[in-house]
Amino acid sequence: MFLRKRDLPPLLLAIHDPPARLYLRGEGDAELLARPAIAIVGARACSPYGAQVARMLGRELAAAGVVVVSGLARGIDGEAHRGALETKGHTVAVLGCGIDRDYPAAHMTLARSIAERSLIVSEYEPGVEPAPWRFPARNRIIAGLCAATIVVEARERSGALITADFALEDGREVFAVPGEITSALSVGANALLRLGATPLTAVADVLESLGLEAPRVAEPKGGPLLDLLPATADELVRKTGLSAGKVTAALAELEVAGLAAEGDGIYRRLA
Amino acid sequence: MLARAVTFALVGLEPRRVEVEAHIQGGAPSLTIVGLADRACQEAKQRVRSGILSAELEFPGSRVTVNLAPAELKKEGSGYDLTIALALLAASHQIPRNRLAEHASCGELALDGRLRRVGGVLAVADGARRAELERIICPYDACAEAALAGIEPVGVRHLSDAVAYLRGELEPPEFVIGNGMPRRRPLDLADVRGQERGRRALELAAAGRHNLLLGGPPGTGKTMLARRLPGILPPLEEEQALEVTRIHSVAGLVDPDQPLIGYAPFRAPHHSASTAAIVGGGPRLRPGEASLAHLGVLLLDELAEFQRPALEALRQPLEDGELVVARAVGSVRFPARFQLIATMNLCPCGARGDPGAHCTCSAQRLARYRDKLSRALLDRFDLVVTIPRAHALDLQGGPGEASEAVRSRVVGARLRLAGARPKRTASADELLTRAVERLPLSGRGRAKVAGVARTIAALAGSDAVLPEHLAEALAYRAPAELATP
Ligand SMILES: Nc1ncnc2c1ncn2[C@@H]1O[C@H](COP(=O)(O)OP(=O)(O)O)[C@@H](O)[C@H]1O
Ligand SMILES: [Mg+2]
Repeated sequence: MFLRKRDLPPLLLAIHDPPARLYLRGEGDAELLARPAIAIVGARACSPYGAQVARMLGRELAAAGVVVVSGLARGIDGEAHRGALETKGHTVAVLGCGIDRDYPAAHMTLARSIAERSLIVSEYEPGVEPAPWRFPARNRIIAGLCAATIVVEARERSGALITADFALEDGREVFAVPGEITSALSVGANALLRLGATPLTAVADVLESLGLEAPRVAEPKGGPLLDLLPATADELVRKTGLSAGKVTAALAELEVAGLAAEGDGIYRRLA
Repeated sequence: MLARAVTFALVGLEPRRVEVEAHIQGGAPSLTIVGLADRACQEAKQRVRSGILSAELEFPGSRVTVNLAPAELKKEGSGYDLTIALALLAASHQIPRNRLAEHASCGELALDGRLRRVGGVLAVADGARRAELERIICPYDACAEAALAGIEPVGVRHLSDAVAYLRGELEPPEFVIGNGMPRRRPLDLADVRGQERGRRALELAAAGRHNLLLGGPPGTGKTMLARRLPGILPPLEEEQALEVTRIHSVAGLVDPDQPLIGYAPFRAPHHSASTAAIVGGGPRLRPGEASLAHLGVLLLDELAEFQRPALEALRQPLEDGELVVARAVGSVRFPARFQLIATMNLCPCGARGDPGAHCTCSAQRLARYRDKLSRALLDRFDLVVTIPRAHALDLQGGPGEASEAVRSRVVGARLRLAGARPKRTASADELLTRAVERLPLSGRGRAKVAGVARTIAALAGSDAVLPEHLAEALAYRAPAELATP
């Protein structure tokens, strides 16, 4: 199943060199691609902080009804997809190979989860193997599908910066998450900031640019807590500022949902 | 020449009427006590003789027999001294016989005739009131205690005071009844830093009278928390206070100036305590720690260090709220409706549950440790929580919430639970069903979760048990691996 050029969503059609075709895999409707979307991209070997931010952005944007687009790579990409999947929202993975290839192999399960609800897309025919020279081209589609691109962590001359370049060329907004000036992982995002990208300090910054409103603060249902595990209940109370009762209730719901388990007072994630 | 005086023997906590008859006959001077008197009671002979002489009264110079009736009832201890002395003085016409017969009496005599308090004065006074006697003559420092029974006490410091009173030469002295409040301020929760979940569990335990087990590595504040439970409990109702005081009186544990125990009692026996010391009984049928904690708190600190038989013996009172001790004279009941709070390390070396330490216990050692605790006992705990080491920032922080504030919430929740109890909503029911499928939760475990959830709802001021209340209750269930089946 694929979309012909004339059926491409308007934003993608508007870029400098739109793809001739877009192959689709997954249960999501093709109409998904026309909804307000934001790209989240960044380093494969990201820091725990970067992973946490990507996950949070993915989750909160998806919860606000935005489609989260990324490249299914390890690190920031994967976390962004996962964050979105934690909500009832949608996420689209754009591949640099055929949609029938599971690349990277470590993300096979993640790909399947995305396909169960949303879409995996590629301009390459099924059967095309992944290759490094195809990734920059893939990045133009990621940027092209979206009204804005967020760079979370990026090294100098990395793929994420290429995506940001495409976004700027096509007149889309670029956000960068400020990083520590001493870390190589921050060089890319901080360089973008120097060039005039918008600093991202909260999800609301991004939603505003799309003319969307942030959803009311998600209830402490566990989603946010899950990211803080492993931890004791008291650590979570300290970190979230929620009451011991609320934290305890949220943790028990995670246990019942099979997402976490307690042992000797320490809660851990399952799977 | 025969005279009678009345006192009461204790069978468990119950007073039984005892008639003390003194009979003076001709013959060589002697004093015999008959009627199943134990050794301490037999020794009354020396104390009574010496006491009468010290009071400058006359000791009969012929054969005296004292009979304690009914004979089948065992008479234990030194509390019969005063009654025996008075019966003897009446038989020898030194005090009016009729007037003596309208009084109950009790107390131990010192060799110089002064009176000493004995345990169980309240029960004796209860017996006297029920027998519609006019007053009870007792040691002066037991007055306040006796008065709790609703009978007028005549406090005497010396045998000669008792004699003067019975001769109509002395009015009963004034005395002060205390206000029923503890002498010492209970330990305050403000001392505990951090430990938010531990505090929460303690508050729930107080509100719902739930049994609570605090596990975790050593030095994290488990004992500290447990000892602060009494400070957040509401005071006892009047009837309850009397019930508790009766038990403490029998054990000789009431404060003479402040006899009424108007607050939840707190008992913390050492882990080396014998089974009899913990559950009561023994040859003299004394209430044990479990009964002394009736309507209050029993703390078993370092639960796994206790003898397993002692722990197993606690299962009956935990179930029935009383201890029944079988005796030849029939069974004796000691009320023991206590709230259990216990602490324990999670393993013998203590490292378990401490992210910064590594447990070195072998599998056998761990198994033996957990063997101390039967599944059946563990099932009696409604709330089981692990207390982690407090974070440095918390330990440096300001004082925690004070007990007074917590206590007022507990009082509110108790009122709510006593009225129309919160009921589960359909979605809370649904969550409970899902939880039973997913988590290891026994039938008893399920009932406990439901009960704790109700307490959580009551504390939240909610009329219904909502899913969030139920979820929180689920987190306090006893983990399966903590004990052997
Ligand atoms: N959370 C805490 N807040 C304040 N003091 C604490 C805390 N935890 C431990 N302490 C200090 O450590 C001592 C030992 O605590 P304790 O309650 O006996 O530990 P445990 O019973 O868990 O072994 C306490 O007397 C107290 O001085
Ligand atoms: Mg301790």
